[in-house]
Amino acid sequence: MRSNLGFFSDEKFRSIFFQTLVVGLFALGLFFVISTTSYNLEKRNIATGWSFLQNPAGFDISFSPFLEFKSTDTHLKVYFVGVLNTLLVSVTGCIAATILGFILGIVRLSSNWLLSRLVYIYVEFSRNVPLLLQIILWYSILIQLPRVKQSLQVLDVFYISNRGLYSPRPIFESGFLYVLIAIVLALISSFLINRWAKKRQDKTGQQFPVFSSSIGLIFIVPLILFFILGSPMSFEHPEMKGFNFKGGLVIRPEFIAMFLALSIYTAAFISEIVRAGIMSVSKGQREASAAIGLKQTWIMRLIIIPQALRVIVPPLTSQYLNLTKNSSLGIAVGYADLVHGFGGISLNQTGQAIECMAIVMATYLSISLTISFFMNIYNRSIQFKEK
Amino acid sequence: MHKSIIWINLYIWYREAIFEKRYLNNYLNGENNMKKLLSIFAVLAFAFSANAGTLDDVKNRGFLKCGVTTGLAGFAAPDDNGEWAGLDADMCRAVAVAVFGDRSKVEFITTTGKSRFPTLASGEVDMLARNTTWTISRDVNLGFEFVGVNFYDGQGFMVPSALGVSSATELDGATVCIQTGTTTELNLADFFRLNGISYEALPIETNDEGKENLFAGRCDVYTTDASGLSSTRAAASNPDKWKVLPEIISKEPLGPLVRHGDHQWGDVVRWSLNAMIIAEELGVTSENVDAQMSSNVPEVLRLLGVEGNYGEMLELSNDWAYQIIKQIGNYSESYEANVGPDTPLEIARGLNALWTQGGILYAPPFR
Repeated sequence: MRSNLGFFSDEKFRSIFFQTLVVGLFALGLFFVISTTSYNLEKRNIATGWSFLQNPAGFDISFSPFLEFKSTDTHLKVYFVGVLNTLLVSVTGCIAATILGFILGIVRLSSNWLLSRLVYIYVEFSRNVPLLLQIILWYSILIQLPRVKQSLQVLDVFYISNRGLYSPRPIFESGFLYVLIAIVLALISSFLINRWAKKRQDKTGQQFPVFSSSIGLIFIVPLILFFILGSPMSFEHPEMKGFNFKGGLVIRPEFIAMFLALSIYTAAFISEIVRAGIMSVSKGQREASAAIGLKQTWIMRLIIIPQALRVIVPPLTSQYLNLTKNSSLGIAVGYADLVHGFGGISLNQTGQAIECMAIVMATYLSISLTISFFMNIYNRSIQFKEK
Repeated sequence: MHKSIIWINLYIWYREAIFEKRYLNNYLNGENNMKKLLSIFAVLAFAFSANAGTLDDVKNRGFLKCGVTTGLAGFAAPDDNGEWAGLDADMCRAVAVAVFGDRSKVEFITTTGKSRFPTLASGEVDMLARNTTWTISRDVNLGFEFVGVNFYDGQGFMVPSALGVSSATELDGATVCIQTGTTTELNLADFFRLNGISYEALPIETNDEGKENLFAGRCDVYTTDASGLSSTRAAASNPDKWKVLPEIISKEPLGPLVRHGDHQWGDVVRWSLNAMIIAEELGVTSENVDAQMSSNVPEVLRLLGVEGNYGEMLELSNDWAYQIIKQIGNYSESYEANVGPDTPLEIARGLNALWTQGGILYAPPFR
């Protein structure tokens, strides 16, 4: 029976009413923010718009490994250089943190008391000291390296100084293309062999040495081809000329400091995630697989890890996101990432703070969503499938 | 802020918004209730963002908020007693004296090269005296008003003496430490491009960071305003190990600035600076200012407020300029005490001498 409250006692009406209220308040708040901002911008005579992106930047960025950057290039190009540098340190950092994190997580569970304790100390130290301090610590260590004129020489080809690590740069000649094609073909065929071998094992139980045959295909075949073609690759060695080394490949201390700090910091979290994942697999699984006579390495690879991954991957995704966002701290040591170049220098030279910040935020958002998207696909692929 | 002040300000802002027809028309015309509701919110939104005259704000607050560097000896840096001292710090104090007659009524707020403009634009400080170069884009596009020049500077280079470089054109391939978000960053790119030589920029945030990287050898060269180089060199443990190269690659007129549009406040800051320069021209110093009150030079009498009502025009007390000279000194006194040849910075007057003495320092007449 309906009460005297009329409409309000109607559940459908009530839910629509409150949802409209929430949406309305949100729209009002948004209107508030936008109108205040545009009013203030106008009042302070601050020009707005996106045309500044096409203006020449006027300053130089020296760390741009993928794009050639000159001071006459536009602010838009500053943005792309920044995005690439952010991606560079994030991707390399994520890979290193994952490898280090998995190793440490497994070592932490080792029955060797000393090893396990050492990892414990490492984890507690690096995840409890602020990341910014770790970045600055690594950077201050790196700039205490010898000066460029007194560079340490390693194996006659590497030079280490506080300007970075210089190494020879490979120069590929025309024939090298065939070697590349060979490598790609080898990768495809080992993938096919792998599939065929699995099918055959399912059917007949016979095994095929997939690993060693793949290695042979991917490394040895292209290598032989490389020599047949007469080694179509040479090296450009760094040479001391004037103030700096010229030529060669260089890895800057700003990048090394960021890379080390990010991967070491995040690896500590990942190792705990890996440990939790492995411990979540019940003891009975290990005992049962040992009882049917599997080797230790097989138990890990075939029984424990696949089950642990289901627990590991979701929190691992959020660590990747954290690492990517933390890379914005590069500004502390002058690493030319997105925030430093476009969100810092361009912003300051043009005064277009709102536009620059909006672009930077949108970029981090898209990078993070992309990582989430792919990790979610991976996560779905390793979930327990009911047949 | 006190509650009653909030309400009074709200009322003032509300009236201000009422008079802004542009906005009013959009929101108050029309019968729609929703529109009326929105208009109230809109007025409130503007109320919290707009500000009354800066001079009134400063007077009501009881002290001046002045944006300075994070520490550049000679321009603005805490001295041995923890007191802010320097040419720019004196500029802040002069304005505080003009408004309150008290040199201590100023709060120094440190800003980096990057944070200085947002800090001023948002109203967090009333003025900037932060060795900031006057350029067209900052004056026009960023919405600021430079009220004058308190130091004529130019960009230079500093290298270790041991590097054996005697000119900036020999710096091909060098690594250069450069403060980001400055005009020097743009000049640097132009200079190397013009001379067809290459360099690697090492971006840094503060002067201290630049010092650290240069002294560690991470960069070969440090470039900033010549005055800043002198300041950095003076702070080195062994100044002789560092050399400032002869090239000056840019004009850097450094001066105090305020927000665009508040002309009354701009006038106060502009004439606080001019008063110090005029005092030097007229030979009025902090020591003889009392005796000068009975001078027979008409402009001195006008400056010191004995004749005329220039203080009232600025909505200040009539002895505002007298107080500046008495408590801070004239331009020359401030210069000699902070950056002159007898200080560790050892910067000769040069361009900063009066126009009558071979420099370009010039203030409009006080009449």
